[in-house]
Amino acid sequence: MKTFLNVALVLALTLSFTSAYATETLNGAGATFPYPVYSAWSFEYNKVAGVQLNYQSIGSGGGIRQITERTVDFGASDAPLASAQLTKDKLLQFPAVIGGVVPVVNIPGVKAGEMKLDSDAVCKIYLGEIKKWTDPKIKSLNPEVKLPDNEITVVHRSDGSGTTAIFTNYLSGVCPEWKSKVGSGTSVKWPVGIGGKGNEGVASYTKRQASSIGYVEFAYAEQNKLTYTLLKNSAGNFVKPNFQTFEDAAATANFDPRKDFNLWLVNAPGKQSWPIAGATFILLAKEKIASNKKVIAFYDWAFNNGDKKAKELVYVPLPTSLKNKIRAYWKSNGLQ
Amino acid sequence: MAETSKKNPMDMVFASVTGIASVTVIIFIIGILYVLIAESSLAIKQFGVIKFLTSTDWDPVKNSFGALTNIYGTVITTILSMVFAIPVAIGIAIFVTEISPNVLKGPIGIAIELLAAIPSIIYGMWGLFTLSPIMSTYIEPFLKKITTGIPFVSILFQGTPMGIDILTASVILSIMIIPFTASIARDSFNLTPSVVKESAYAIGATQWEVVKNVVIPYSKLGVFGGIVLSLGRALGETMAVAFVLGNNHRITTSLLDAAATITVTLANEFAEADTDIYLSSLFYLALVLFVLSFITLALAKFFLLKAERKYSRG
Amino acid sequence: MTHERRRKIEGIIALTFSTLAAFLGLFWLVFILGDVLIHGVKALNLGLFINDPAPAGVDGGGLRNAFIGQLMITICATLIGVPVGVLGGTFLAEYARGRTIARIISILADIMVSVPSIVIGTFIYAVLVKPIGHFNGWAGAFALAIIMIPVVLRTTEDMLSLVPWTIREAAFALGAPYYKVITQVVYRAAATGILTGILLSIARVAGETAPLLFTSFNNSFYSLNMNGPISSLTVTIFQYAMGPYDSWHSQAWAAAFVITIFILLLTITGRLIIKWRYR
Repeated sequence: MKTFLNVALVLALTLSFTSAYATETLNGAGATFPYPVYSAWSFEYNKVAGVQLNYQSIGSGGGIRQITERTVDFGASDAPLASAQLTKDKLLQFPAVIGGVVPVVNIPGVKAGEMKLDSDAVCKIYLGEIKKWTDPKIKSLNPEVKLPDNEITVVHRSDGSGTTAIFTNYLSGVCPEWKSKVGSGTSVKWPVGIGGKGNEGVASYTKRQASSIGYVEFAYAEQNKLTYTLLKNSAGNFVKPNFQTFEDAAATANFDPRKDFNLWLVNAPGKQSWPIAGATFILLAKEKIASNKKVIAFYDWAFNNGDKKAKELVYVPLPTSLKNKIRAYWKSNGLQ
Repeated sequence: MAETSKKNPMDMVFASVTGIASVTVIIFIIGILYVLIAESSLAIKQFGVIKFLTSTDWDPVKNSFGALTNIYGTVITTILSMVFAIPVAIGIAIFVTEISPNVLKGPIGIAIELLAAIPSIIYGMWGLFTLSPIMSTYIEPFLKKITTGIPFVSILFQGTPMGIDILTASVILSIMIIPFTASIARDSFNLTPSVVKESAYAIGATQWEVVKNVVIPYSKLGVFGGIVLSLGRALGETMAVAFVLGNNHRITTSLLDAAATITVTLANEFAEADTDIYLSSLFYLALVLFVLSFITLALAKFFLLKAERKYSRG
Repeated sequence: MTHERRRKIEGIIALTFSTLAAFLGLFWLVFILGDVLIHGVKALNLGLFINDPAPAGVDGGGLRNAFIGQLMITICATLIGVPVGVLGGTFLAEYARGRTIARIISILADIMVSVPSIVIGTFIYAVLVKPIGHFNGWAGAFALAIIMIPVVLRTTEDMLSLVPWTIREAAFALGAPYYKVITQVVYRAAATGILTGILLSIARVAGETAPLLFTSFNNSFYSLNMNGPISSLTVTIFQYAMGPYDSWHSQAWAAAFVITIFILLLTITGRLIIKWRYR
């Protein structure tokens, strides 16, 4: 008994101090929006550079909090922070990739890309004013689709989310009632619905709940074969969520390094733009220079080698000009 | 305590070491209380006590927080789970002590212990994957149908049967807390002196009448202690409920609606609160829960001690 | 209907209900365990134990890091919690036997056993995560240890109290100081009971999720470094079960199966030992 205890003690102590020999680890946390692409990138990067980039998708709110508290090496958020807040918390910010938030539905008989919605409809559904699929507003948009007379289960996020920020930013932009009643942010007071944790949770609930609607980053819709809908954009066209419409939304964007790249891509003006596109950002603590350099090394690698993988998952890699602006930003902040 | 003629220094050392070890219990309780109060001081200063406890706001955008929706969810799920669990638990205790053949008493006892040993996350997962679809496909629509038109009862079953709601969460919680009351009730029932039972039989009481009029009144205190213990456990349960409660901060009269409890709110939002006041409000919630469950568990212990004293005397 | 018949029928109904209640309890047990068994065994394969997680949505990953992480956290928690619990229980049963302080600590320990584990998680976050600056495995181990200590303390106290005083007197008569009486005589006599208490406390914390959520956090990679985030089986089950990917769901079932078997074996072993030894 005694020897067993001794052995266990020695073993545990040795294991705990193997930090000296452990592989290099970087800890990041935040947005669930880019989780599929970050996890794919870090898997490859580990093989190439031997560095473990441990990314926990806990939501943008969590990412912002953890990096502000310096409990992680980098934070990730889809909701960009204003320069004032970045200065206050001594943070740096740059975009990593662009994606799109899509409404997904679970209606028996309706397939992906069949259903059309506009901002007014989405707004009223999420406000709880449209309760059934057979509501005249939805029927008028979808004359040929057979809609059941069921109540709509609304699914939203239960955690602090940049995806929510992008989605509510979109709703606030096109729907004055939403703007005054609920507002936008990483976490809002949802009038109706059930809350899922992370993009993963919303995708999961929508998948298992018949007659439901949710909003997720497109990679989640693709990977889980969820039924996405078409949306009417500000130019008046019904567009599908895909690489082209996301890219169109990003094309007109002007990211400014002087404003720490703070920019929302919702309701982009282009003819074929997806109306709920967004960039997702990386946050660094200014004073953690050593670990910041390593995080930069990862994203530099991703900018050079990760485009193909990103496109596979239907994320829009940043245009080369923007990547160079970001590299200049890193340099001017002493990180490259 | 043993008195040795010579005070051995090693004895003093050993006594102090073990003494310090035992005092850690007190240190932890005080420490937890202190840390929770310290961390929630920001929210306490901003929202006060009454306002926080009675406000239904949970608005991270406007940074306005109140505990009422969470407390409501906690209380409703707890009460409902007790309603489901206590009759079953007492029934099990009666079965084990009065009805079952001696051979079965051991195995059933172990079976109840196993129910208690299953980790709560297993309950949660099973609830999400297995129970929730059954609830939303069969049980909840059925309940909705048979209660339409009945004046007060029908409001309990409004809304879409999603399976992710107060009802499902309460059912899972009730299964979890059955063992606590069942085993304490069984132990209390067993302590009824057979003399008393036999005298009741002697005047012609049926088996059920002996249970109802002799055993249960005799073991009232113990059973009550067990019930309150289950209550305390139910208050603090997180993982079993987190999967199927739906995380919607509101006060609702329908059991088919999603809600939020203090524990689930903490689990979902703690790592993600992005402003100081948000995090402080969450600590405030944790403080409320800690105080609530501490008082409940102390009450349970009080009853159980009284029962102990009574049985060892009588 | 005669009064007597009514009494009889009332009795039959009530006792039938009790029997049904017992079977309902058994039903839930069999249903839940059966479900875990069926789904878990289906997803069980060697790769689960050997591979580390694959990127989100990609098949073929495993949970090696979570198994090792869970083991490490549990072992560290045991190494912290068991000595404190055993020593504390010794104090209550020996040096402070009968004193008020012993009764107070005993009652408080009983209460601590059932305190919500998520509150302990928030406490440890404030004390061991924020000041240190990052999530770490030690914080998780400490959170679990805080849950273990009252359990071990109470069972140790109870088991030591069961040892007859005469055994101690015999040792005293031989001139042994109290600490020697305890360590060399009483501990030996109560060893089985104390060991069982330890087993049961391990079974209790091995399945805890809430205290680990914001202390040891989670890690998608294999890591032996307790000074950083460590993945654990329970938190991974939480993450995977809530997620949308089917591959995640089956891995979650398999992990749930392994944990449940482990905990049930520990519990049954513990209870059986007590039954045989202390009939």
